Formats: sequence, structure tokens, C-alpha cells
Amino acid sequence: MRRIISVLLENESGALSRVVALFSARGYNIESLTVAPTEDPSLSRLTLVTSGSEQIIEQITKQLNKLIEVVKLVDLTDGSHIEREMMLVKVRTSSEKREHILQIVDIFRGRVIDVNQSIFTIELTGTSDKLDSFLENLSEAKIIEVVRSGVMGIARGEKSLSI
Amino acid sequence: MGEKLNGAEIVIRFLKDEGVEYLFGYPGGAVLHIYDELYKQEEVKHILVRHEQAATHMADGYARATGKPGVVLVTSGPGATNAVTGIATAYMDSIPMVVITGQVPTDLIGNDAFQEVDNVGITRPCVKHNFLVKRVEDLATTLKKAFHIATTGRPGPVLVDIPKDVCRQSIKYEYPKQVSMRSYNPTTQGHVGQIKRAVKLILSAKRPMIYTGGGVVIGNASDALRQFVTTLGYPITSTLMGLGAYPAPEKQWLGMLGMHGTYEANMGMHGCDVLIAIGARFDDRVTGNIEKFCPSAKIIHIDIDPSSISKNVKVDIPIVGDVGAVLLEMNRLLTENSKTPDQVALAEWWQQIETWRSENCLRYDRESEIIKPQMVVETLYQVTQGEAFVTSDVGQHQMWAAQYYHFNQPRRWINSGGLGTMGFGLPAAMGVQFAYPEHTVCCITGEGSIQMNIQELSTCLQYKLPVKIINLNNRYLGMVRQWQEFFYENRYAMSYMDALPDFVKLAESYGHVGMCIEKPADVEGALKEAMSLKDRLVFMDFITDRTENVYPMIPAGAGLNEMILV
Repeated sequence: MRRIISVLLENESGALSRVVALFSARGYNIESLTVAPTEDPSLSRLTLVTSGSEQIIEQITKQLNKLIEVVKLVDLTDGSHIEREMMLVKVRTSSEKREHILQIVDIFRGRVIDVNQSIFTIELTGTSDKLDSFLENLSEAKIIEVVRSGVMGIARGEKSLSI
Repeated sequence: MGEKLNGAEIVIRFLKDEGVEYLFGYPGGAVLHIYDELYKQEEVKHILVRHEQAATHMADGYARATGKPGVVLVTSGPGATNAVTGIATAYMDSIPMVVITGQVPTDLIGNDAFQEVDNVGITRPCVKHNFLVKRVEDLATTLKKAFHIATTGRPGPVLVDIPKDVCRQSIKYEYPKQVSMRSYNPTTQGHVGQIKRAVKLILSAKRPMIYTGGGVVIGNASDALRQFVTTLGYPITSTLMGLGAYPAPEKQWLGMLGMHGTYEANMGMHGCDVLIAIGARFDDRVTGNIEKFCPSAKIIHIDIDPSSISKNVKVDIPIVGDVGAVLLEMNRLLTENSKTPDQVALAEWWQQIETWRSENCLRYDRESEIIKPQMVVETLYQVTQGEAFVTSDVGQHQMWAAQYYHFNQPRRWINSGGLGTMGFGLPAAMGVQFAYPEHTVCCITGEGSIQMNIQELSTCLQYKLPVKIINLNNRYLGMVRQWQEFFYENRYAMSYMDALPDFVKLAESYGHVGMCIEKPADVEGALKEAMSLKDRLVFMDFITDRTENVYPMIPAGAGLNEMILV
């Protein structure tokens, strides 16, 4: 079961390493991890995507909560939520295929953010599925580089993760 | 505001203000400033060990016996790495401990400086929390946080790493009386609704079983537990860590459960319909094969650590909270409740248990001409009238101590249950002896384990610690040998302890009394004589039956009802 867990963490050196060490020490998966300070500079917000049985997910949230520097956390997949991931893709293309690629970028509502004679750099935001699907549709171009931010998420409506 | 002090002064002043009596440690370059401050005062007594691992075990023993945090001071690099085993030992058994480590100066951190190691990194997986103090402004509050975290919630070791230059910087010091952390607020009161549901289930039980663990000892919940057990009239068993919380001589006591638990305790677990787990964590040495564990039981689990609940075994009624507080609430509800346990069903259940008990699973050959280790422990129990503090190392002797010394008080049985650290027994006994100088403190050990921290005999002489060492010497790493006999067709790979020292001479060369006991008839006399030497450390080397095994035993992968009896 794929889960998106959002964590408010004390913005202190070493806090992130405790989270990462917890996952490796207990053999849990991390599919993606993204972290940055919030509007309150003393707090970082960390989003991680993991998978496992219900029992493992329960342990993951309990073990995370046990870390002294974890202030609060929520399993976003428990409720209605929005998830986004950003991707930068560099592709090499020939002049006859440029139009086709631009069409795909347009369909996926991406943007070309850098260009030269043979290279497009494309920016795309969406769910992880959408990004995967975009890459599949790029098969006609030669992908040189893919950079993905990892998933971040937020609950819909009134619900929020804040202190 | 307070007076201006440098970092080293703050450390010592803080320990004094915090009421720390003993500091177990070993000096070195990075902590020299702190040692210089120690020299100038007398309130905080520093105990000089011979190896840093022993410092942590001493602090640990002190903490287990008193409930107060044990405090350690060691230097950077090897000082800290030597302490790691003791920190991990305390972590696995949830023992409150604060370890202060020296660190190279801040401007050298990360430069592979002399005696530099990433203390925070190396201990991260085996501490409740740790800190690197980079500014003297943070020192006092960090130390306060360390004590707060170590002693509250589910206790554990906390490490504070102090770079050498921070010891030299000065700032105004004021003792931080309190500390609040937005990210750390352990739950203590159990959920009232859950407690009510639990009581209802408890009263509906036909074949109940109470299973307690170290949490009852750590949570000082023995009195509440005793009332709970007496009110209900239900059978009680305990893990290795929980021994003493309920008095072993009582009739409702079934003995320890688990891999080397009694027949009646394990069969009772397997057959019960309601299991009440209190401050225990369903460790693999307790459950045996999880698939076969308590097949017909509804399970109630009280624990202060939410992550202990449903980690290994899914439970029906979880209650997160301090075991003492929850038990008090349950006792109140039980007294108020008009419903009482089903006496007919209970009588039948007890009858069944008595049949199991009549198996007398802890029997052994009492006529043997070679000393049986069980007999030594049993005799020690009689000679000390069950009143001694008993520490142990790890292996067969540890199990025999647990089975044959019938603890009737909490905090008297001190051993490394979770990590299983050989070398724990002697330094732990020393820590206990510091806390209780007038009491009898015995270390039950083996010739393998005792050699892992034997150098502390020197510390014992320096501080005149009259620890009584009961060495069950079977010339084998007994538990390893037992497994090799059972599961590796008698291939005794490396389990034979060759080239043993003459322990009597060894003890004497350290300035202590040594005895070697080879005949069963001499056991009682030797123990009595040793106990009468109130102010001397006595090393008793009992030459025991080398073929003796620990029974009963549940082989790996088997259920609690699939025991090997004698």
C-alpha cells in the first residue's frame, strides 16, 4: 500500500538523519523524500512516500512520532488530499520531431524552460502517475536527464498539518 | 541572573543542581576541562572505572536499582566508542541514563582530528535522543533536556556531546528548573474508555492470564500490580525483565515465561482466553513462534510506548499510558464494579494450572556429586533470604538466576535482557553497591562473561565495593554449548573456554578474597562465609557440572506449548 506521510520536524541539524536512519535500521521503504523549511523557520516539512502492509505503516508512523524532533505528522493518504511532484526533463530531439514533442508537453501542461538546437528542457508538475505517463509518451525523444523532486502533499479543505 | 561560568563549570554545577550523586567515567583529552572542575569540588563524586563500557554498565546498574538516572562522563573517540555497548544495553532495556562525551573543538569537527569520532552519529540508533552542543549558550538547557528525556515517558539513554572549546567559553549560568519541548510530550494517563472496555473484558475471562514485563519495574507500579492480581485472583507470569514486580513466593505466581520459562506459565499463556499484558513488549524470546502465540486469547496491552503496541502481536484493546496510572484506575474500577470474576471458571482454570505446575519443570538432580549450578543459586537464595540485589551476565547462569532466585521485590534483579550483554554483571553490581552500600549485592556470572569486564576488580578495590561474585564455572560458554548440543549435533565450535585463569589467585592479586568450591557439600558453607565478609569483595569460583542444560526450553520456531522438558 502506497502512503504519503507528511511530517513537521524541528529544523535542526541531524533531525533529517534520524528519520532516514529509522527507515534503514528497521528495514522500511522510502520511495521518495522531500524536505524544506516552512513559513516558520524553526520547522521543516518533510513528505515521504513509503509502502508496506497496514501493520508496517502503523509502525512507521509510531516510530516517526517517537523521534524527539518530530513535532507532528499525518498520513495524507488517510483522507482526501492533493499530491504534486515536479520534474525537469532534458531531451535530445531532431527537428522533425520537435513539433510532436511540443504537442505532448502541451497535452501534459508542461513548459519548455530551456531550449537550443537539439535540446529541450521541460518542466512538468503533477501526480507521480502523470509524470510517469509523460516519460512514457516521450519515447520518440532521447531522454538525457530526469530530475524529480519527490512527492509533496497537502490535505484538502479545512484539515491542515500545523502547530 | 546567575554568575558567569565557563562550559566545564556549567557541566559540574548543573550536575550538582540536578542532584547527581555519582558520575561514572574515565578522563581523556577532550574532557580535561571538565575533569579539572570535578577536581575542585566534592559534591559530585566521580568513580574512576578501568574501561568506559564498565562506566555505562555501572551507571545502568545504579539506575536500575534506584530508578534515578545513571550519569557517565567519557572522552571523545575511543572513550565514546567503548561506551556504546553500555548505551545500547540501557537502550534495549529502557534505562534512564545520561552520557556526557567529550568532542574535539568545534573548528576541528569533521577534520578527522585526533580522537575524533561522530559521537552523535555512532550512537544515534541506540539512544533515546542525543545532542551535540555547539554553543555554550545552549549547554545548560541541553543538559536539562537530556535528563528530562532520559527519565520521562519510556526512559532511555541520552547522550550529550560537548566539544572541548565549548568548555572554555563563558556565559551567565542559571539552573534551568524546567524544560518544555513542543515535540516531546509523552502520554501518561490511559484512555478512560479503553480502560473501561479492558476491565469489562478482564471480568468476563474464563481462563485469564496476567503477563507483566520490565515496564512494571521501571514504572514503579509493583504495588498497584499486587493489588490488581490479588483483587482478581488470576494467575500471573512475567518476562525476565519483570521479575520481582510481583513476589515470586506467592501462590498466584507461575514463574517466568518464554524460552526458558516454566511449564505452567507457558501452557497457561497458550491456553488463556484473555491475556492482560502490562509493560511487556512481546519480545521474540517470550512469544516463540508468533503464529502459534496465545491462539485463543483476546489481548489487552498496557504500555507507555505506543510503538510497542501491535508491533509483534496484534492486540484487541491497546492502552497507551503509564502502567502505574492505568493499573490504579483499573483497581478503582474493579473495586467499584459489582461484577466479579467467574469463580467457577476460575477454579477450573486453576485446577488445570496446578496439573501443569505438578510437572515440577524446574527439578534437577539434587543428589549429584558434581555441583549443579541450580543448586548454587537456590542455596544463595536461602542464605541471603531472598533479600540480595542480584545482577547477572548473559547465558545459562542468567537463566538459572532468574529461575531459582525467587525475587520478591522490584529492582532487585538486574540483568541485560534486551541486548544480552556479556560483561554487564560485575560493573552493574558495582553501580548497585554504590547506591546501596549496606546491602548485599551478588553478581551471578560465568567464567566466560566475567572475563569481559574483569578489570573492574581493580575499581572495586579502589572504592572498597564488597560485591559477592558467584562464578558458575563450567569451562564452557554454556548457552552456546547447549545450542550446539541440541541443534548442531554436538559440534562445540569455540564454546570451550580454554586456558582459564586461576580465579582465586586472580581475585587475590586484585586485593580481594578468592574461594574455589568443588563439592556440593561445601556450597552453603562457602556462601555463608562469603556473606559474612561484609566489607570484602569475595570471588567464589564454583566448579559446576559442565553438561548441565537450562530447562525447560522452547526451541526457535516452536510455540509456547512445545517445550522441551528435562
